[in-house]
Amino acid sequence: MSIASLWRTRQQRYSLQGEICPECHQAIFPPRDVCPHCSEAAGPLHTMSGRGEVYSYTKMFNVPDGFLAQRPYTVALVKLEEGPMVTAQLTDITDEDVEIGMPVEMVTRKLREEGDGGEIVYGYKFRPVLAAAD
Amino acid sequence: MRSVSIVGIGQIPVGEHWELSVRHIAYHAIAEALEEAGTEQVDALFVGNMLSGSLLSQEHLATLIADFSGLRNVEAAKIESACASGASALRIGHMAVASGMHDVVVVCGVEKMTDTSGESTTAGLATAADAEYEAAHGVSFVGLNALIMQRYMYEFDVPSDAFAGFSINAHRNGAKNAHAMFQKPISLDAYLNAPMIATPINIMDSSPVCDGAAAAVLVASEQAGTYVTGHHPGAVQILASASANDTIALHDRKDPLFLEAAYVSSQKAYVQSGVTPADVSFFELHDAFTIMSALSLEATGYARRGEGWHLAADDAIGPDGKIPISTLGGLKSRGHPVGATGMYQVVEAVQQLRGEAGQGQIGSASVGMTQNIGGSGATIVTHILGG
Repeated sequence: MSIASLWRTRQQRYSLQGEICPECHQAIFPPRDVCPHCSEAAGPLHTMSGRGEVYSYTKMFNVPDGFLAQRPYTVALVKLEEGPMVTAQLTDITDEDVEIGMPVEMVTRKLREEGDGGEIVYGYKFRPVLAAAD
Repeated sequence: MRSVSIVGIGQIPVGEHWELSVRHIAYHAIAEALEEAGTEQVDALFVGNMLSGSLLSQEHLATLIADFSGLRNVEAAKIESACASGASALRIGHMAVASGMHDVVVVCGVEKMTDTSGESTTAGLATAADAEYEAAHGVSFVGLNALIMQRYMYEFDVPSDAFAGFSINAHRNGAKNAHAMFQKPISLDAYLNAPMIATPINIMDSSPVCDGAAAAVLVASEQAGTYVTGHHPGAVQILASASANDTIALHDRKDPLFLEAAYVSSQKAYVQSGVTPADVSFFELHDAFTIMSALSLEATGYARRGEGWHLAADDAIGPDGKIPISTLGGLKSRGHPVGATGMYQVVEAVQQLRGEAGQGQIGSASVGMTQNIGGSGATIVTHILGG
């Protein structure tokens, strides 16, 4: 991704900023010009809570350029509690931990480094919801 | 609209063509198709290709190939819609001839995937997904399909070996196709012991990275007689050509386990042709991953939701089954040179309908359906062909 693209999407990557449609009141992530649910003009910005659950997951062994240092890693479809689904890596997990339906929460982590002189990209990953201390 | 027929086909064996460049393999297929059609005069060349820009630093591909093939002063354009580029190019060719805009069109699907490292090719393939919201998180194309398969197995309570039959059928059929990349049957053991690429997808669930080119010459059916002379094996009519799309990102689908674009494009194709699923003699579906075979069969009218995998288990998909699929190896065994795949499916359907499929010939093949998928189900093109 280019510097300009990373700058444009910073609020999405750092804070899961989406929208709530003023017509049908459904949550949208990332922001769109047209609501995917009702096709009306999409609405004002709304920051998601960052809580959700694992809809599906995969542990990836063959990975694209730019992600070799991290492999293997687990990617999930996370269903946010507001409704939208996002694709993101899971973090702070062991293999045995992951299951469909598991509650997760967003954390900000390093996504990739673009080589020695390149940008370091941060964004959302999800980790299991931490149990409250007694 | 005019009816359109195919009067020439050509293909290069799918594989790792280290010694040949993209222009050479495309020319091989085009020259063979033109020779069979018995013409050197075409109005247009449409090229289906996905990755020439990102992997070969070569855009303007159709003109490069037209130039190398000796096709001067013709219209030449590349059509790109990820792994559905081949069938999308055929649709453009079909529209050009059907509309009367052109009389003779050659369509070539071509892909060169082995000039780069595996990681570069994997990154190139991931460009079919949403760059900012899928690929940016490190998910590969195999990874997206793995997310679908994992959820499918969970939701429909599917055992882990349920998909083996798709892979075994593809390899058994590919063993009879001289143009296939893997001409070797595989055992259930080989499937069960195959290494994981992205859980639960193992190497035997997945189609290979490879090079290939396949082409067809299209003319108006009313003019096909001009070409079908002497030893010509006969024209094959395009009975339907339809395309539909869905959200580009898997995570935006209303139901990630249903290929809505396959449903819509196949329904359009059934209406156009008057053909029903029961009339189809064989179905060249997009088995890039075994899970896609199950989902395609469900969306196209051959199985109920969550039950597509039963067809593999029951061997309903074999050459003598209810709905033979991947009859000459499919993407799994013939290979999946992405932008070329849609044209290989069509070329193989023509072989079947002419009775020229050799040891892989299906008995009484009269109607063939092909379906080419781009992305994780975002673009789906269906064609129905008849003798």
